[in-house]
Amino acid sequence: MADLVISVRNLTREYLMGSEVVYALRGASLDIRRNEYLAVMGPSGSGKSTLMNLIGCLDTPTSGEYWLSGQEVSRMGDDALARVRNREIGFVFQTFNLLPRATALHNVELPLVYSGVNSKERHQRAMDALDRVGLGDRVGHRPNELSGGQRQRVAIARALVNRPALLLADEPTGNLDSSTSDELMQVFHQLHDEGQTIIMVTHEPSIAAHAHRVVVLKDGRVESDRLNQGKAA
Amino acid sequence: MPMFEAIRMALRSIWTQKLKSVFSLIGVLIGVMFLIAVVSVVQGMNAYMEDQVANRLIGVNTFQLRQRPSFSTGNITREEWLSWRRRPRVTYADAEYVEERLEHPVLTAKYCMDRVDIGYHGKVAKDIDLIGTEAEYFRIRNYDVASGRVFTAQELRAAAPVLVIGDLLAERLFEGQDPLGKTVTVGGLPYRIIGIVQKQGTMFGISLDKFAIMPFTAHGRRLICPINVLDELIVKSADVSTMMASLQQTEALMRGRRGLKPQEANNFHLQTAEEALAGWNKISGFLMTFLPVIVVISLVVGGMVIMNIMLMSVAERTREIGIRKALGARRRDILMQFIVESATLSTVGAMAGILLGFGLAFAFEALTPMPAAVAPWSIGVGVTLGIVVGMAAGVYPAHRASKLDPIEALRAD
Repeated sequence: MADLVISVRNLTREYLMGSEVVYALRGASLDIRRNEYLAVMGPSGSGKSTLMNLIGCLDTPTSGEYWLSGQEVSRMGDDALARVRNREIGFVFQTFNLLPRATALHNVELPLVYSGVNSKERHQRAMDALDRVGLGDRVGHRPNELSGGQRQRVAIARALVNRPALLLADEPTGNLDSSTSDELMQVFHQLHDEGQTIIMVTHEPSIAAHAHRVVVLKDGRVESDRLNQGKAA
Repeated sequence: MPMFEAIRMALRSIWTQKLKSVFSLIGVLIGVMFLIAVVSVVQGMNAYMEDQVANRLIGVNTFQLRQRPSFSTGNITREEWLSWRRRPRVTYADAEYVEERLEHPVLTAKYCMDRVDIGYHGKVAKDIDLIGTEAEYFRIRNYDVASGRVFTAQELRAAAPVLVIGDLLAERLFEGQDPLGKTVTVGGLPYRIIGIVQKQGTMFGISLDKFAIMPFTAHGRRLICPINVLDELIVKSADVSTMMASLQQTEALMRGRRGLKPQEANNFHLQTAEEALAGWNKISGFLMTFLPVIVVISLVVGGMVIMNIMLMSVAERTREIGIRKALGARRRDILMQFIVESATLSTVGAMAGILLGFGLAFAFEALTPMPAAVAPWSIGVGVTLGIVVGMAAGVYPAHRASKLDPIEALRAD
């Protein structure tokens, strides 16, 4: 299919813990099309985080294939993976992961520094991305001068600034109260409406309910993969 | 990531950790500071020694025929000293013999000196250098007469009791009155002052104006030299080659006159400005030999401090490294970031060291009578050392940072 963003085939990931082999992922397969809004759920130890790291190109699989935007990522070396993380993926973390000593603007500019964008264009694009998440008036603030919801929106601006194929959110509401979580979900909806492909890992059913498609993992395999009633486009 | 981007990032990171940065660059700072300060002082002293000390004490292209050296260079054994004292002294006859036979055009002056007291109307100036010489002496020493005149050949022949005095003596004895034409007493005899030499200033804080010059034939000579004996014959040439030729000729003339056999050593001494510099050259040679050792030690220590600070910094900023990697930093980006940060830190330290080194050199100049001169090459060396030490110190921490696993790094506190 032409509009496949992600195609995962029999992905496995084994870790060696001392002399014991731990199977974190035992052959997961998944296809995600452009502009899908997908939630990945599962109990702890189900392989969520491992799948997330593999999709985010922070880790490489033991076996299986992973295609992202038509490139086989599972065979790439370090530098190529860094490039994919830089251009194709926007991360949003539970703990925001902003550089504490840098301003919102500088945080958002960071991915552009690594893609070699000149400083003038970088500034412009970072300003635009911050505007997009409603923080155009907070560009000079450091993370500790912002609320949790604002920090997460800075992180979203940073994730989107390089126009990635995929927004990858790992428990994005984990550190937020419920009303801020709702606001954040509004932002995700808006991004999705604008055509952004989103994968969100969560263990909260109420958050997963915002997604159009929910994948549940168990013991390193896909246990269920269904469309959310009433949400599917 | 372009270089200037990395430097900007490094400066930002150094600035946000000011205190830690200051501590970490102290080693490099001290090393470079010493380098600059010592080189500046040695250079200043070199120039000073050559222009001032050697040339004022002896003169440019000038040598002195003496019984023994007047500058002690290094350790002289008692035996050596005694053998010098046993040598025959330089006599008028020796001096005239040489003066008559020197082939090259030279200026010569017979010279004798000792410390005496000079009195004027109940006032006494103590320990004045009383010099008995010829009129050529003023040209050899480049003494300009500020007022009055020098003595004439006729006065020399007539052993006239006249004095040309230094500025200090004029001030001590006459306090604002015009000393010209006044009569002072030297060893109980009256001397008329006919000239005053331009103020010469000081050297190492010692006045160079504490003298009175008379014809060496004048009666006062019994105060400063035994009869028919001289301290030295001064010979000044227009250039170095003439001087060297005259020096060799003088040696040959004196050896012949004293009937020395080829295997016998000279029983006289030919002293040049080089000799006045020998002591200083020993000191500066020592400094310049050990300076690199001190600089290298402090730079190695400084480099190790920076390396440790950078290792701490990598440990503290593990999460930052994880974030940067997640956002697309390659290994070499992280490697470059930390090496550039380390080099920038060290260079900032080196620059501070250069400024402080200049400060030390100028303080030395201000607080002592000795000068300092900044050597431009030492600035280049200082900055280069800063960059090199910083890069070397940064390699290992940067390598560790670049190898961090992004997943692990993101989990760090």
